[in-house]
Amino acid sequence: MPQIFSPAANTWLKASIVGGALLVSTVIGTILYLGSTSYVTRQHQIRPQPVPFSHRHHVNQLGIDCRYCHTSVEESNFAGMPQTKTCMSCHSQIWTDAPILEPVRQSYATGQSLEWTRVHDLPDYVYFDHSIHIRKGIGCESCHGAVNEMALMWQENSLQMMWCLECHRNPEQNIRDRADVFKFESQPDYTPPSDQLALGTQLVRGYRVNKAQLENCSICHR
Amino acid sequence: MKPTQSHTDLDAIRVRLDRKEGPEFWRSLEQLADTGEFQTFMEKEFPQHIEEIKANPVSRRNFLKLMGASIALAGATACTKQPLEKIVPYVQRPEDMVPGKPLFYASAYTQGGVANGILVESHMGRPTKIEGNPEHPGSLGATDIFAQASMLTMYDPDRSQYINRRGRITTYDAFLNELNQALSKQVEKNGAGLRILTETVTSPTLGNQLQQVLAKYPEAQWHQYEPISRDNVREGARIAFGEMVTTRYHLKEANVILSLDSDFLTTGPGGVRYARDFSSRRDAVDNLDQMNRLYVAESSPTLTGAQADHVLGRRAGEIEGLARMIAAGLGISVSTPSGSDEAASAWVSAVVADLRQHSGAGLVIAGDQQPAAVHALAHTMNDILDNTGKTVTYTDSIEVQPTNQTDSMKTLVQDMTDGKVDLLIVINSNPVYSKPADLDFSQAMNSVALRVHHGLYHDETAELCHWHIPQAHSLESWGDVRAYDGTITVVQPLIAPLYNGKSELEFVSALAGNPNKKGYDLVREYWESIGVHGSSPFEAFWQTAVHDGFIVDSALPAKNVQLQDVAAAVGAVPSVGDGMEIIFVADPTIWDGRFANNGWLQELPKPLTKLTWDNAAIVGPSTAQRLDVENMDVVELTYQGRSVQAPVWILPGHPDNAVTVHLGYGRKRAGQNGTGTGFDAYSIRPSDTLWFGSGLQVSKTGDEYPIYSTQDYHDMGLEGLGSMSRDRNLIRVADIEEYRDNSHVIQEMWEAPDPERDLYPNEHIYDGPNAWGMVIDLSKCNGCNTCTIACQAENNISVVGKEEVGNGREMHWIRIDRYYRGDMDAPETFHLPVPCMQCENAPCELVCPVGATVHSKEGLNDMVYNRCVGTRYCSNNCPYKVRRFNFYLYADFETPSLQLGRNPNVTTRSRGVMEKCTYCTQRISAARIEAKKEDRNIEDGEILTACQQACPSQAITFGNIKDRSSQVSKLKSSALNYGLLTDLNTKPRTTYLGRIRNPNPVLEG
Repeated sequence: MPQIFSPAANTWLKASIVGGALLVSTVIGTILYLGSTSYVTRQHQIRPQPVPFSHRHHVNQLGIDCRYCHTSVEESNFAGMPQTKTCMSCHSQIWTDAPILEPVRQSYATGQSLEWTRVHDLPDYVYFDHSIHIRKGIGCESCHGAVNEMALMWQENSLQMMWCLECHRNPEQNIRDRADVFKFESQPDYTPPSDQLALGTQLVRGYRVNKAQLENCSICHR
Repeated sequence: MKPTQSHTDLDAIRVRLDRKEGPEFWRSLEQLADTGEFQTFMEKEFPQHIEEIKANPVSRRNFLKLMGASIALAGATACTKQPLEKIVPYVQRPEDMVPGKPLFYASAYTQGGVANGILVESHMGRPTKIEGNPEHPGSLGATDIFAQASMLTMYDPDRSQYINRRGRITTYDAFLNELNQALSKQVEKNGAGLRILTETVTSPTLGNQLQQVLAKYPEAQWHQYEPISRDNVREGARIAFGEMVTTRYHLKEANVILSLDSDFLTTGPGGVRYARDFSSRRDAVDNLDQMNRLYVAESSPTLTGAQADHVLGRRAGEIEGLARMIAAGLGISVSTPSGSDEAASAWVSAVVADLRQHSGAGLVIAGDQQPAAVHALAHTMNDILDNTGKTVTYTDSIEVQPTNQTDSMKTLVQDMTDGKVDLLIVINSNPVYSKPADLDFSQAMNSVALRVHHGLYHDETAELCHWHIPQAHSLESWGDVRAYDGTITVVQPLIAPLYNGKSELEFVSALAGNPNKKGYDLVREYWESIGVHGSSPFEAFWQTAVHDGFIVDSALPAKNVQLQDVAAAVGAVPSVGDGMEIIFVADPTIWDGRFANNGWLQELPKPLTKLTWDNAAIVGPSTAQRLDVENMDVVELTYQGRSVQAPVWILPGHPDNAVTVHLGYGRKRAGQNGTGTGFDAYSIRPSDTLWFGSGLQVSKTGDEYPIYSTQDYHDMGLEGLGSMSRDRNLIRVADIEEYRDNSHVIQEMWEAPDPERDLYPNEHIYDGPNAWGMVIDLSKCNGCNTCTIACQAENNISVVGKEEVGNGREMHWIRIDRYYRGDMDAPETFHLPVPCMQCENAPCELVCPVGATVHSKEGLNDMVYNRCVGTRYCSNNCPYKVRRFNFYLYADFETPSLQLGRNPNVTTRSRGVMEKCTYCTQRISAARIEAKKEDRNIEDGEILTACQQACPSQAITFGNIKDRSSQVSKLKSSALNYGLLTDLNTKPRTTYLGRIRNPNPVLEG
């Protein structure tokens, strides 16, 4: 019986083992990499909105507090989106004819809600609560970035679990004095502490942050 | 149990029980028979899984192909992008509405015309959960299964959605047009051809509306009909007092209670309140000396009977004889049955002596299905024992117009047959299905020129009517109803009608000539007009009533009644009759059939039988042997010339020579869940013997029909361990005297090794402020199942359907195990509710390969659904069998109305995910966040788990076991406290208080 495989088959076999392993790891690597790109996380992407609302203008230039619009951020899991009436409390007086505000006026006149595109959208199995983060001294800026500089809103961070856990494991890195929660680094009335870790460690104790518990699954997942 | 019949050898079981072989407490006859099939069944955790694979063989090659593809895709799923979502804020936010925070509104749940106060949780305008109203006298914060499940009925996609005129969709105006034409013809006839049929009405406003219609059409007739009628109760009161008064029991004051076939703890008006009052006198920890004693003489076994210290099982027809014997013993001169029944005589004399001894603090309660004479005798006994005014009081009837409903129905059918009726209005009633079998309602209806049906479903009656008008559910309408004690309870809507339904009030208002009046205005105007608010401004009175859910102090006052000569009125002993007896009982979960399409209630294992999705011909073991039938054998039941075919189910403790059938099944137009389930017992239920009668013929057909009982699923007995399992005492019971002699009797029944003597160091350190634990008091639990339904509503638990229940895959997170002790013809019955034990050394956590079930700092076994890959190792390793797996996509992600009703704070689980009780971790989180925001600790009682909150008898206590002063710590330190399978060193956080019985020493031994 003649040989089935020629001597060259040895080489082919070795090459295909190595090649196969490379291929598998490349595919897995690519998938993992893709999962963390902004293509998937939509990080730094601007989404279509009915009105090109500028946080920079309203926060930095006009000095409106976050809570003027996001009213329930201190009491509820949901920060709250402003009712049309809130917009109209000013815009019935100023920029009353601006074409870009037409959807707002329409909404107020017809009673049909504005439909905003959600920018920070966690998966449905994550139960995030704004109020407790505010109460424990996590500034808006820590998660949402320098919103006061954003002409149009985008998502500053990946919002992936790894990113959440980084702070849940080391809240010292981000925790602020409660008085500074609604302030931004680039604003004149807030200066970041020279030693965040020292202040953070002190505040974690002062605000009774139960660090061990922050890693429990049921803190976020139910 | 699904496998082919187990061929239980009842004779062999009897011998084994007599010799006291086998376990002291047994779960089912199949377990006792211990056949080969049963063992095979028990060895598989999810028994039918293997059968399914056999039915659809997968070759090794196919398996590898599929696995390869899934592994390749497993990583890719992480890359799916979330779809863009919208945020739709209010234009003008309603006052008090904080997005993300639920609001609670008081309303009422009504059944049989009687209200129970509820609080409804609403998320952004969507009602999601019903709780009891803690201030309402009928509820005190608890509910029954029906109130919990009525939420699902509201969201039922099979509810009728359109106004239907002879099969075509049309408008309400078209209906009003035709109605007004028909009514105008009635004006000249004084309404002689108008008939209105409703359920029992206690609502003052609705009553007033109906009176207005009757005033306009003086010769019109208003009929009331409920298939689960309380005619015997009304007639009994009439015999005793000459008028149909309402009886109210005060179980808190009663030391000795005798029930004559009454299931007062779990059914009927006031059941929720009675269960609370009863259990407050079953408190072995704090109030041992105040423990009451319950005697139950019953026919078909009930949960009240299971709770009794002494139960005497007799055929339903023999209960009156017993009542007469007891009455005679108390000195009432009534005729008593001839012939001797030694067991009964001894029982009767003990009861008589005990009742006498507790004169003024005893109570006799007659069952709704027992004849009027028994009720009259019960009233007389209470009077002679000086109980009246103490444990039992009487008020004017809570009904607007108390009537004998069966007679009322007969008159209506006769009038229709005689052609006297031109216009028939059926409101919220389904007589074509539920009428007595000898009244041909549908035939009689043919002669009525215009027939109108107003109801939630386009049901059997709607099909035969010219018009069908969809009804608004009570969670969609304004109204008022009386509670069991007469308290005026306000029905407040939680949501605008989903399908443009009209409420009863609005519909009757149209009959009265005001079609455009809103329900709100009707109720409000009525109460304003009668002036109960006195001199204070009406607006304030009204706002308070709506806010509270009821009008404070509006219970009807106790009334002085004059006892008539009952002995003469009840006459001679009626003959019991020869032959087999048939007993008709409202189905424990779908009631009279109105909940046939409610998946929660269909799948809820019925108390005692643990059957789901079906009814059965329920017989005792001796009867089964005589008839030579086994479970699932189909028999033909022939009664008074009418027959129906039914599968047999053998129930230990069922009286011999009798068959119980549950009403409410065999619906033809119930909806996709209810149509075609079970058999129609109404079809053999004649009007002269609505509840029981003898002369039933039973013949075997030779067919089999699969019905599934969940009793043998999820067994903790560890059969393979032989005698060891017997000694573990999963359920522990002691008599009060034993407990007094030795307070550690419960704990000494089986002592687990000391958990502190562990070779391994403690893996978990609980150094936070909270460590959650639960205690379930077996003396208080009466097995009513409310916890199971409350948990299902709170935690978005799926319904799986009959086939999947047969596969052992029902999803309930808390199950009620049933145990028997002793003779299978008259066993004692015990209940053991089993949720997740939240073990400190949890076997499930060790085996999860992906860390989807892990320990929390507060001692919960967290279950992370999004991590679970469905290996089911955890479930295999769980000794308590409390984990449930989504074998298929059981959750309905498609039907919009069902999505509305879900709890937004709990993940709705998808296919391939394990789930289990989490002690309502969403409620814990909410409370923890609130406490932290206020810089305080969570207070005791601040968190109520869903099961605990709904429990009518307050058998479940939850709290922080690190807080020494918490209620749960107090109970855990009691000598009655024990854990299940603690020898496995699981250190369960859920523990039990052993049941303490209070038997009469005279009858023991």
